[in-house]
Amino acid sequence: MSATAPTNRAATAAHPRLPSAARLGADRTGIELRAFFRERDAVIFIFSYPLIMMAIFATVFSGQDQGADGYGVPFAQYFLPGMVATGVMLTSFQSLAISIAVERDDGTLKRLRATPLPALSYFYGKIGLVLLTTVVQTSLLLVLAATVYDVPMPADVSSWATFAWVFVLGTATGTVCGVAFSTLPRSGRSATAVVTPVVLVLQFVSGVFFAFFALPSWMQTVASVFPLKWMAQGMRSVFLPDDAQALEVAGTWQHGATAAVLAAWLVVSLVVGVRTFRWRRRDDG
Amino acid sequence: MDTPRRQGAPVIEGLGLRKRYGTKQAVDGLDLRVEQGEIFAVLGPNGAGKTTTVEILEGFRSRDAGEVTVLGQDPASGGRAWRSRLGVVLQDSRDQVELTVRELVHHFAGFYPAGQDPEEVIDAVGLREKGSTRARQLSGGQRRRLDVALGIVGRPELLFLDEPTTGFDPQARRSFWELVRSLRDGGTTILLTTHYLDEAAHLADRVAVVRDGRLVALDTPDALGGPQARRPVVRWTGADGSTRSERTDRPTRLVHELAASTAPDGEVPGLQVVRPSLEDVYLELVGATTEEVAR
Repeated sequence: MSATAPTNRAATAAHPRLPSAARLGADRTGIELRAFFRERDAVIFIFSYPLIMMAIFATVFSGQDQGADGYGVPFAQYFLPGMVATGVMLTSFQSLAISIAVERDDGTLKRLRATPLPALSYFYGKIGLVLLTTVVQTSLLLVLAATVYDVPMPADVSSWATFAWVFVLGTATGTVCGVAFSTLPRSGRSATAVVTPVVLVLQFVSGVFFAFFALPSWMQTVASVFPLKWMAQGMRSVFLPDDAQALEVAGTWQHGATAAVLAAWLVVSLVVGVRTFRWRRRDDG
Repeated sequence: MDTPRRQGAPVIEGLGLRKRYGTKQAVDGLDLRVEQGEIFAVLGPNGAGKTTTVEILEGFRSRDAGEVTVLGQDPASGGRAWRSRLGVVLQDSRDQVELTVRELVHHFAGFYPAGQDPEEVIDAVGLREKGSTRARQLSGGQRRRLDVALGIVGRPELLFLDEPTTGFDPQARRSFWELVRSLRDGGTTILLTTHYLDEAAHLADRVAVVRDGRLVALDTPDALGGPQARRPVVRWTGADGSTRSERTDRPTRLVHELAASTAPDGEVPGLQVVRPSLEDVYLELVGATTEEVAR
């Protein structure tokens, strides 16, 4: 034991001010990123997953077209928007739903709650984590698609503007949904088992692995309730030629409906999340 | 907010604390007063209301009735400035395992307005060599030291330690006790809950025993239970072979009498004179038999 016994703060005369919530949010972001990239599960199943899927599917179906009624686009080009949307869902929704459930269960949240760290700073840290992982993941995905699988990148400003708002709104919605969903798993160990099936089923019915137009119409209807279908469709409007609207069920990109569904999930999850968020396990009162 | 306290003003004062869960009255009219600079231990069987009481004091739980001030404030409405004067070491100790000792202590130091130098804190808890080790790879004792480091890095005036040495080997406990004493000597008030009577005996300046949500005894470890509870017991084997025992203030006289009455050599078979340990006193106070406690 060292002789440097910590001294009482009463001994320090001045009373400096508490650090700001924003500065602590930046600190939290740094800690969140370190923890995220040290966790093998997160790196493989959340960060790398869309990159791996892109590589596998684009390689297996290289040279093939995705289309109907004589109209088609190269497989990789049709597959990319779905992967971008999936990536956003993983790095926002899946990442937070699992990590917050685990942190609630293992006592991270309670420990932080016992310190003067503002609740806002904790969430700033989560938002910072989501933003950085999503931006890096999507960038890598686009580079991979453009350089290895020759997917043409849009050259016009309006396509990138569409990309920007679908990306930002989709990420925000996924983030808030993830926070709200994190109260469902009963323990940290069950978190992955509860969250992953939701994410997987949505990928299969939302036009990510299978072309959306080829799905049975009841499945299309079910998928239309959830955000992933709309995020994927919004991303198709960015990366596919305008003619490809013909492959959509409605025959148009439906930007208005996309914005409305994503915004609705954002608002509802925000209300549910604020009302149900807990810092402690259920069995801990 | 941070008004200087009068000398002698208590760090914690609770009057008539009550908390009910469903039909169970977890805390039932508890009074508590912890003075500045002392190590105050709260003992009691599982379900006695220890944790509920401490969590009310920490501001984690609401109370149904009673008055509480902790560092001059009601914990139910304590804000960030109040929190920055507390240190809390919870029972749970399995979080944030991918981060290293140094990362965690530095990160937590940043939460406080006048945090201590994180490297000094790492030294103080004896984790210098483990600074770059992830929390996952620490032993139980090392992990608990990390928990304490995170609890004290903000220079708390009041530190809560909830069963800090559960699962320690004897040597680790000794050196942990030394650490806690050095904190007290630095001026920190410490509220300790523990299951270990020897821990309370070694560390605490005063001990409160809680049962069924009520305070049943409060004193220094040496005086707990009062002189009555400390009366020695004389045991011997009677003429019929049964074990006899008698409590007395004057054990020497009793032994003398027994010896005189035991013919022919004055040797009393199976003679023992036992002074109750803190554990014996405690068990009597909480009304449990040794078997119950051993489970």
